[in-house]
Amino acid sequence: MDTDRTSAQGTYEEYETAYEDGNTLGGPLSEIFAVDLTAAVGRCAGCGATGPLARLRVYDRAPGLVARCPDCSRVVLRLVRGPDTAWLDLQGAASLAIPLGGRG
Amino acid sequence: MFDVPGWPAHLAGQHVDVRLTAEDGYSTQRSYSVASAPDGDRVELTIQRVADGEVSPYLMDVMEPGDRVELRGPIGGWFVWRPEQAEPVLLVGGGSGIVPLMSMVRTRGAVGGHAPFRLLYSVREPDDRLYAPELLRGEPGLDTEYLYTRAAPPEHPRPVGRLTAEDLVRGGWPADRRPMCYVCGPTGFVENAATLLTALGHDPDRIRTERFGPSGG
Ligand SMILES: Cc1cc2nc3c(=O)[nH]c(=O)nc-3n(C[C@H](O)[C@H](O)[C@H](O)COP(=O)(O)OP(=O)(O)OC[C@H]3O[C@@H](n4cnc5c(N)ncnc54)[C@H](O)[C@@H]3O)c2cc1C
Ligand SMILES: [Zn+2]
Repeated sequence: MDTDRTSAQGTYEEYETAYEDGNTLGGPLSEIFAVDLTAAVGRCAGCGATGPLARLRVYDRAPGLVARCPDCSRVVLRLVRGPDTAWLDLQGAASLAIPLGGRG
Repeated sequence: MFDVPGWPAHLAGQHVDVRLTAEDGYSTQRSYSVASAPDGDRVELTIQRVADGEVSPYLMDVMEPGDRVELRGPIGGWFVWRPEQAEPVLLVGGGSGIVPLMSMVRTRGAVGGHAPFRLLYSVREPDDRLYAPELLRGEPGLDTEYLYTRAAPPEHPRPVGRLTAEDLVRGGWPADRRPMCYVCGPTGFVENAATLLTALGHDPDRIRTERFGPSGG
């Protein structure tokens, strides 16, 4: 919507906005985990910032999803889904505190 | 509107993943927010057509009542409003970003909630307003304000343009009331709104965002 699309730097801004919030990881991760992980608080292994996975910046990079720290841009999580296997790489997360119990 | 047998009651703000699979096995999926308040097996989605999009035109133009799609959800535990939350709420929506905010408004209405809500809804022009009659009717404790970015109705007091700090000061809550702020829409819109709210002193933990990507209206 908004004016962004019609501005002179349209292409640059489109590149800059080619991501979504970590909320969008909820669906793909629900195939692997029984509890909602988007509210889980993680610590970035790069800069130490903490926050819910919902706050990461998610880039759709076929064949998978890449989630970066909103503060330092380091890759925190990578998820690649094959026909029979899902690969989850959490190398960029120093820790993850997962709320249990209670729905969603 | 979808009937989803066995649908568990969702939380306001959650979304579903819609998967389409072609006969040759190619499949693709997109996320759509739930617009309705929890209501048995019925789930309402509101989809804005992106002209050259892959999925939204199909859902809008090709699908017919009675067709089946694959839905996964409800999804998400962070961008949600729960009726037990008592603090004031600021909703900031751009374009189709109104959808999950509408679920919050409707859920509050359905449970007779008392948390004061303020809604700032940015659209290009009057024709783009979703849920206009329902929002016009309004509800006690809900203040709605439209922000037009290209064309406003003649009597509208605010000049057209994108969301500003002044809009958030006038139509929102002071940071010291510790409101919960939900911001949703195209990524550029959310980026701008979240930056302005942070600059106004709102606690980053109380600014919850849902970016729809470059598209999403
Ligand atoms: C959590 C979440 C919830 C969402 N909820 C909703 C919702 O409730 N309702 C809703 O309508 N959408 C919602 N979206 C957006 C939705 O998922 C899709 O991105 C949208 O429907 C476009 O999909 P598409 O396949 O039609 O377009 P795509 O095929 O993905 O895009 C086609 C091309 O058009 C470009 N493009 C996109 N928008 C525009 C535009 N406005 N003008 C010009 N070019 C454009 C894109 O960059 C892309 O290159 C949500 C997204 C997320 C992440
Ligand atoms: Zn970091």
